[in-house]
Amino acid sequence: MNVIAFDRVTLTYGGRRVLSDVSFSIPQGAFVGLLGANGAGKTTMLRAVLGLIRPASGAISVLGRPPTRGNPAIGYMPQARRIVTHAGISGFDLVVTAAGGHRWRWPAASALEKDMAWKALEEVGAADIARRPFAELSGGERQRILIAQSLIGDPKLLLLDEPLISLDAAHQRAIIELVHEVGERLGIAVIFCSHEINPLLRAVDAVLYLGNASAAIGSVDEVINGPVLSKLYGTHINVVRVAGRIFVMADDIELEGAAHVHDV
Amino acid sequence: MFTMFDYEFMRNAFAACTVVAIVTGAVGYFLVLRGQTFAGHALAHVGFPGATGAGLLGLSPFVGLTVFTVLAGIGIGLLGERAHRDVAIGIVLTLSLGLGLLFLHFYTAFASQATNVLFGNVLGISYRTVIILAVLSVVILAALIFISRPLLFASLQPELAEAKGVNLDFVSTMFMIIVAVTTAEATQIVGVLLVFALMVAPAATTLRLARGVLRGILISIALAVVIAWTSLSLAFLTDWPTSFWITSLGAAAYLAAGLIQRLKAAH
Repeated sequence: MNVIAFDRVTLTYGGRRVLSDVSFSIPQGAFVGLLGANGAGKTTMLRAVLGLIRPASGAISVLGRPPTRGNPAIGYMPQARRIVTHAGISGFDLVVTAAGGHRWRWPAASALEKDMAWKALEEVGAADIARRPFAELSGGERQRILIAQSLIGDPKLLLLDEPLISLDAAHQRAIIELVHEVGERLGIAVIFCSHEINPLLRAVDAVLYLGNASAAIGSVDEVINGPVLSKLYGTHINVVRVAGRIFVMADDIELEGAAHVHDV
Repeated sequence: MFTMFDYEFMRNAFAACTVVAIVTGAVGYFLVLRGQTFAGHALAHVGFPGATGAGLLGLSPFVGLTVFTVLAGIGIGLLGERAHRDVAIGIVLTLSLGLGLLFLHFYTAFASQATNVLFGNVLGISYRTVIILAVLSVVILAALIFISRPLLFASLQPELAEAKGVNLDFVSTMFMIIVAVTTAEATQIVGVLLVFALMVAPAATTLRLARGVLRGILISIALAVVIAWTSLSLAFLTDWPTSFWITSLGAAAYLAAGLIQRLKAAH
């Protein structure tokens, strides 16, 4: 059984077609890098898998079933758009709300929820930093905490939306190694969303590249090459490999490296 | 100093401050956590035309004020992120005060009460009002406890909460209604212009220092109550307005928390 299967799926966002008639599948336990320029539909695709938006046409299957909101088999780490800045909130506070914050119950977390939170924190080696204020943690430590909370409830699939954003190279490597190791150890498939392929090169089993309302999936070599990317970007693309790194260029401008500049 | 409890108006004032401070401390904690303090501030202002308009129609200003703040709360809740625009909130805020002024223009007899609505008059609170405030406080706290879990989740991590099945619009609208009723209550103590002091200062001070959510809420409540009690006592001793003391002590607590935070960071 596949963790995710898209069958001729069309997704729209704000009236715009983000994906058009896209089909692919991801096997269990795979580590997949989800790539594409800003606005290519990475987050929209993740939201569709989470059951937050419905496809305009086609069928999505998540672990053999249609997507449902609040699916406990999915661990999710959203893009950190608003970071908690209050000194009163610790990493543990964040993780424990993820353990049962969606339930309508007595406010205090139960012993079971606290156990779940500590277990998840230990999986990523973050138990010793969990009591510190989240706002005072470094970027890498924060991502560790946020990955911990995505592990709550023993998911079969992790959706990580841009975990590398605003991390330096060393911390990027550490986070990728952590996710890769945890995914293998616990048998969890990982969809790892990123702007850039290079940090992920050694970790990924496959690449899912979005662009021009379509998608390409396969090994790094099958997807990151001139002909495939030219189609996805709708312009002539050169792929250059230098010293084990890949540069994706359009008219001599590097696309991937410059991608987050367009964010602002 | 304990002679102040010989006066019925002081006993009423202490009782009213206590029940109101308990809810503002708790509700304010979430308001600060969600970054919605300015929206809360605007909500209070919307109450002003409600109060003066009710006066114009011969109704109770408190009822008019509560109806207006609750309607505005529902509006802000439903607008969600779109309501977090400084300019829009600022325009609604000034429009409200302008409307309130217009109603006063048509009903000048109410003008003497206008200062009370704007700046509060805790020493003028009747026993009957104390009972009403106490009942409202119990209702507010019950509602807050009811939604507190999804509210906390949605406040800290909205995207994740949504993915886990929390209805963000429902939680946010419920919370803004709670804020609206709390605001109407707090207005009885400090007036529409100064609600911020009782609602935000204790919570913001707490969030700078105290670790943990539940503990933070309890400390925020305690701080709000202590500020209210101290202010009343100082008002009794100095004969200066209670609202002045509440704003000053609130600001002092917030500043002190900032200094302590800095000292801690320096170590």
